[in-house]
Amino acid sequence: MQFLNGITLLLVYQLVGEIAVRLAGVPIPGPVLGMVMLFLTLWLRGAVPDSVGEASTALLSHLSLLFVPAGVGMMAHFSRIADEWVPITLALLLSTIITMVATAFIMQLTTRWLQRTTAPEGGKGNE
Amino acid sequence: MNDPGLKDIWVYLAASPLLGLTITLVAYGLAYRLYLRTNSNPLANPVVTSVALLIGLLLLTGTPYEDYFEGGQFVHFLLGPATVALAVPLYQQFSRLRQLWLPVTISLIAGVVIAAGSSIGLAWLFGGSTEIQMSLAPKSATAPVAMGISEKIGGLPSLTAVLVVITGITGAVLGTKLFEWIRIKDDTAKGIAMGVAAHGIGTARAFQVSPQMGAFSGLAMALSAFATALVVPWLVDLISMWV
Repeated sequence: MQFLNGITLLLVYQLVGEIAVRLAGVPIPGPVLGMVMLFLTLWLRGAVPDSVGEASTALLSHLSLLFVPAGVGMMAHFSRIADEWVPITLALLLSTIITMVATAFIMQLTTRWLQRTTAPEGGKGNE
Repeated sequence: MNDPGLKDIWVYLAASPLLGLTITLVAYGLAYRLYLRTNSNPLANPVVTSVALLIGLLLLTGTPYEDYFEGGQFVHFLLGPATVALAVPLYQQFSRLRQLWLPVTISLIAGVVIAAGSSIGLAWLFGGSTEIQMSLAPKSATAPVAMGISEKIGGLPSLTAVLVVITGITGAVLGTKLFEWIRIKDDTAKGIAMGVAAHGIGTARAFQVSPQMGAFSGLAMALSAFATALVVPWLVDLISMWV
């Protein structure tokens, strides 16, 4: 029953999110707004109910499974991908590498900078 | 399939979502077992193996993707509630996030702009059509988000879904080696980079490295989905003004 309550709640938040973005005409996907609303709810409550925890663990522990049907969709785009495989492959590969490297460096640099400015003396902090 | 009985069964199965759904789960189950057997080698990523198995099977039986998706859509649909479910790890890491909100915000915005800008720029540089550039632009965001954006900016949503999956796999496969190579040791930095560049597939990989890297990757994926939806249409407008 816990799992069922949890999944129902996730769907309700998604549904409200989908309706809200359509009513407001904002370019944010419904599930993302649903996530923000659930986050605010958890924050106000100050705890994660067991039902939501259980359902979210179940969904997130096999997150990669959920991408499989979209991945199989590659077969519907074989000819297009074959036509432009050079720009697709190079752009995708290089851009993913550049994004990962740049983001990791920016995060590390800004974190260190923050630690240096907020904890100048002996503050190794809570790392 | 000369036997009329077998043929009837095939006609039934081909028309019902049962087969598409079942083979998706069976293929993933096999792929996941293989992945564990290789000691979680990122090259044996379960998404790669199961997608390859399924495409092979569909081509072999001459089944069109649309028929398969009748069943596959039930799994695909769960991406929506899974996106909502990201609120939970986000909330659990909130105290850590609050300390790091400034670096996280800066890295996220920079990461999202770099991801979209570099994919449009590189695709253009290597001679890709506008449609391909626009389909690639939101590739680092999670599938439902990326498809929505792609549609808005003139890409092909279903092609974007495929590119999103390939991007995720690329990030998950290369990520840990890449971080080792450029000597990034901090799990928060690795997690943020993984989540921004490689969304849910990268996050699944990050959780195997450490719970902290997983949580930060999930956080980055959730927030960058939000940021991508806001930034990419605007970035595309800006680029088209210059070109």
